[in-house]
Amino acid sequence: MTDRPNDRSLEKYRRMLRIRHFEDKAEAIHAAGEIPGALHTYAGQEASGVGACIALRNDDYMVGTHRSHGHPIAKGAKLRPLMAELLGKVTGICKGKGGSMHLSDFSVGSLGETSIVGSGIPVAAGAALGSKLQGNDRVALCFFGDGATNEGAFHEGMNLAAVWKLPAIFVCENNGYAVSTPASAAVPVKDIAERAKAYAMPAIIVDGQDVDAVEAAVTEAVERARTGGGPTLVETKTYRYADHAVNMGRILLDRGAEVDEWRKRDPLTLYRARLLEAGVAAATLDAMEQEVADEVADALQFARDSAYPEQADAFDDVFVDRLPIPDYLTA
Amino acid sequence: MTKATYLEAIRQAQHEEMSRDPRVFIMGEDIICNVFGTTTGFVEAFGTERVRDTPISENGFIGAAAGASMVGMRPIVDATIASFLYPAMDQIMSIIAKSRYIYGGQARLPLVIRTCLFYGNSNAAQHSDRPYSMFMNVPGLKIMVPSNAYDMKGMLKAAIRDDDPVLCFEDSTCWTSKSDMPDDPDFMIPLGKGDIKREGTDISVIAVAGAVPLALKAAEVLAKEGISIEVVDPRSLVPLDKALILKSVRKTGRAITVDPAHQTCSAASEISALIVEQAFDALRGPVLRVATADTHLPFSPAIEKALYPTVDRIVTAARTLVGTARPVSA
Ligand SMILES: Cc1ncc(C[n+]2csc(CCOP(=O)(O)OP(=O)(O)O)c2C)c(N)n1
Ligand SMILES: [Mg+2]
Repeated sequence: MTDRPNDRSLEKYRRMLRIRHFEDKAEAIHAAGEIPGALHTYAGQEASGVGACIALRNDDYMVGTHRSHGHPIAKGAKLRPLMAELLGKVTGICKGKGGSMHLSDFSVGSLGETSIVGSGIPVAAGAALGSKLQGNDRVALCFFGDGATNEGAFHEGMNLAAVWKLPAIFVCENNGYAVSTPASAAVPVKDIAERAKAYAMPAIIVDGQDVDAVEAAVTEAVERARTGGGPTLVETKTYRYADHAVNMGRILLDRGAEVDEWRKRDPLTLYRARLLEAGVAAATLDAMEQEVADEVADALQFARDSAYPEQADAFDDVFVDRLPIPDYLTA
Repeated sequence: MTKATYLEAIRQAQHEEMSRDPRVFIMGEDIICNVFGTTTGFVEAFGTERVRDTPISENGFIGAAAGASMVGMRPIVDATIASFLYPAMDQIMSIIAKSRYIYGGQARLPLVIRTCLFYGNSNAAQHSDRPYSMFMNVPGLKIMVPSNAYDMKGMLKAAIRDDDPVLCFEDSTCWTSKSDMPDDPDFMIPLGKGDIKREGTDISVIAVAGAVPLALKAAEVLAKEGISIEVVDPRSLVPLDKALILKSVRKTGRAITVDPAHQTCSAASEISALIVEQAFDALRGPVLRVATADTHLPFSPAIEKALYPTVDRIVTAARTLVGTARPVSA
């Protein structure tokens, strides 16, 4: 599939660049000890997230997973509050209370990435139900991994969306593994997409390294959802380059030459070649990459310059009203 | 003023709030056919979009309530019986309780999960749970346990208008009890405000849900013996009206906590600890708990009933407390 080098295709490339540079930077500063906790990176899967989100409107909803950095960026979130969140700063998008597994940006419809595997799926169905009840035409898209499709929450969410014909799009990012477990050892069907049959739901399998192909598939699903045709399951065949997570126990999984094989089909490299072929000047793309690198550097500087939350902030946002602060923290 | 039962109070509260606010809708299993009578006439009044029968899929539809609330709806989930919340623990504990917090206040989850405490009637262990104290152990969930029809109506209306998620536990032993109902369409009882159900001077009996009517009966018996009982109904467990409980205990100097839940880690335990920590100097004896023994609820009526708090057990605890100066075991 070819694309005209229009604003939209450049925007796709920009968002993929944002994710890649953001992840590279995050990994580097995590290694340097600047990011607490674990880090699940999205590098390798950019075309899946960006292709899907570019098919959405700004006011559509999106719910995601523990591998949380790529999705909000793909949905259009600003980088500063995301990077500040990784560093646990009060200027973070979640005020330093969510961290790496819970990036989000409600202002662009990113309703939160949730780190209990599968748990976002009923939530997305509910957001879609909200649209239906409000009589608007917003759709809700949910990302989840291959592993999540073995959770009850996946089946309950799919079933509910199907029987109620909700305007939902379920995007399974099949990166072949759940931590160390290959999908082939945990999923009895060849393609995750087959699982849609149980819910009489249309399904599409798509090359998750090709941002245009993902966009086309999700656009079809979005149109169906927006016009009352109900939900779709889209399976993007993709791959994560890094280990499952850094700093979450010892994950010794030797994937051999597989990583290099997938790098040959790197989503950014593929798309850059397509844009060049379509007549975009290399200088334009290089300039864009420099801008993105600057943007990420700026986000990191912002995060570094920001303050940490106050101890009292741990008691905010549990409920609408702030909880009282116990004596042992004020004495 | 007209009288209404506890179940009718639920129906009225829901009906009034659904009439007032188009964002409120209700879903659950078999609510159109309306098993317990809390949605009588709802489909006719509000249609099947806002009165939704769900698949038997508690984690799915309770999660969907979370998602719908995050985009501006105000769902009421009828989760029938409290034991059926367990398949939805994932969504209740990880999504509903925590989303506002982990997203730094970006998410709002104004939803109510209603469910009944279905104990005491030979429904056996899997249907007889009183699990509210489990939910007290995770921040982020408001928990109401009204003990009469008046409180139920006022609190449920407040819960539906509350911007935080609320779990509403409905004690089936109170279902047929009646109260006078105010006509005010904005009649509400805020969560976090307890109530002195009977004033007294010798012992504070802090009772939860269906234990409140038992405590009131025990107070009658004890009054004849010259023992004056103050019955404190916290009405909600989160927020807990600590000030009201402590004020009562400071006045009487003695406390018994009564709770239909299993004793270990019960609301009774938490309230007892609160009293011991914050009113120790006022106590004239140990704080006693009258709760359900830590065994499962059997089917046979011959051995089920005696396991719960009873009027007799409360009376005995009270006599023990006034009759001895030294700590005794319950
Ligand atoms: C309910 C639950 N079980 C286990 C985990 C631990 N865990 C975190 S990510 C993960 C693997 C998820 O695999 P998949 O859904 O394929 O997503 P991917 O990591 O590949 O993006 C597991 C088991 C969890 N977070 N939640
Ligand atoms: Mg996976």
